[in-house]
Amino acid sequence: MRQIWLGANAVFRESVRDRVPYSIVVFAVLMIGASYLISQLTAGQDMKIIKDLGLAALSIFGLLIAVFIGVGLVTKEVEKRSVYGLLTKPLSRAEFLLGKYAGLVMTLAVNLSVMTLALYAVLFYSNMQAPAGLRASWEAPGVDPRMLIAIVLIFAELMLVTALALFFSTFSSPLWATLLTLGLWVAGHFNSDLRNFGAVVDSAPAIWIARVVYYVIPNLAPFDVKAEVIHGIHVGARHVAYTLAYAALYIGILLTGSVTIFGRRDFK
Amino acid sequence: MPAIETEGLTKDFLVGFWRPRPYRALDALTLSVEAGEVFGFLGPNGAGKSTTLKLLMQLIFPTAGSARILGRPAGDVSVRRRLGFLAENPYYYDYLTAEELLTYFARLFGYQSTEAKTRVARVLDQVGLGAERRMRLRSFSKGMVQRVGLAQALLNDPEVVFLDEPMSGLDPLGRRAVRDLILGLRTRGCTVFFSSHILSDAEALCDRVAIVAQGKLAASGRLDELLAFELQGWELVIADVPAAMLAGLPARFPGATTLSHGRVALKLAPDAEPDRVMSGLRAEGARIEALHPLRHSLEDFFMEHVRDARPRATGLS
Repeated sequence: MRQIWLGANAVFRESVRDRVPYSIVVFAVLMIGASYLISQLTAGQDMKIIKDLGLAALSIFGLLIAVFIGVGLVTKEVEKRSVYGLLTKPLSRAEFLLGKYAGLVMTLAVNLSVMTLALYAVLFYSNMQAPAGLRASWEAPGVDPRMLIAIVLIFAELMLVTALALFFSTFSSPLWATLLTLGLWVAGHFNSDLRNFGAVVDSAPAIWIARVVYYVIPNLAPFDVKAEVIHGIHVGARHVAYTLAYAALYIGILLTGSVTIFGRRDFK
Repeated sequence: MPAIETEGLTKDFLVGFWRPRPYRALDALTLSVEAGEVFGFLGPNGAGKSTTLKLLMQLIFPTAGSARILGRPAGDVSVRRRLGFLAENPYYYDYLTAEELLTYFARLFGYQSTEAKTRVARVLDQVGLGAERRMRLRSFSKGMVQRVGLAQALLNDPEVVFLDEPMSGLDPLGRRAVRDLILGLRTRGCTVFFSSHILSDAEALCDRVAIVAQGKLAASGRLDELLAFELQGWELVIADVPAAMLAGLPARFPGATTLSHGRVALKLAPDAEPDRVMSGLRAEGARIEALHPLRHSLEDFFMEHVRDARPRATGLS
């Protein structure tokens, strides 16, 4: 556990000193700020637009960090051969990999926290500026703590995407790992359509393949409750708990696969 | 118990994209290194030296055979606490300072903060980087990174140190420092296994050597056993040679070579009695500049074995 913690710290330190995630977060914060200006153009809808753009920024910029840094975590170490220095220390390959994963999750947590604070700051300011009559017409409070439910699920989704990126990077090139991760992220958001494939297609093998694909690729649609939160629709505790449990299971399987593949790999 | 032993260690790599076929990088290497020895693992580029070191550190897995270090199978995580390893042309994290990198490694060895700090300061001083300890590694030259690599290999006072081409990228001063460092390790009873293709280093440092060529062990043993130390002949250098004498030298001394500034190098047989030859040459007006005994060098031995190695098979049966 200590070795994993040390590895995670090193990844976190690398991320803090690397300008790429910094610039992504700064850009996201700017975008959240800009959402206030955009909202001024649409009378009555301003709060929804700020929330919508803010949560989308959190999700997309978090995704960029998870994919691009997640893929580079292992591939960079192997390509530049810095992995030799680490794997010849009292550190198992599993600890090495889990440390990398934990470090990036820590980085994501800090980055998401910064973006969340920025979003709430903009919401707080807009809420103060809005007349009482307008506030009363909103479907959800301006500074709505229930938005944190959406953010927690975005974080869980990003943890899953990070595990995907790490998994692909244990056996493929950085380009392939990036494409596969992004591809699965897109497919994961439309995964639910595969479940109902039988309703539109007659071919039994096609239905069977669609069903297998449905169960294999991650189902990411349940992680997206942005619309519900923005419109003040109740998100059940059971949905959140099931989604988090699904994320934990999927991440567990991906990390087990990553450790197994990485454990047998030759570093030429 | 030997510090390092390998038994039939073999490694095949798959080469080719469409129809991958095995390429034997190391073929049934069996050797044993005793505790406290400085062991030179020599061979030309591509001979299988780095492959062997990576197998010993289990950065790659053997196709066949086995390796043991300090009595434990290679790759045993617990035994790594007692080992040091320097990779060829090492690379570390650009964003860390030398001190931070070594502190991270020291913590991986299980040292607490204060102990880690003390060790880091000590090894950085040892490799001559004490003043640069707070500089980011991205600003380091190749030679400085090599020194950082040496420092991290010594951090845990290892019982066995593996060094892959430790002199690579170092200037003459750096090479001398590494030689002294290896000699220091030997003095404190550490086993040093180092690969090199620089024979003078091996000749100066090693108790025993092994020569690999084309993935196979070509020879191994104590230096004084491997090299024939009996006299091979003499090289006599003369100067101020009178013109009349110069013309006749090739006939009297076959293999005579003209050097710069009118000097001539003569090859004498082992039983040529150099005193008598020198008196004669002086009497004819030449000046004696130098007399060297000729012995079999490690380089001669190396060339013989590397030349003799059979071409490597591209396919395997």
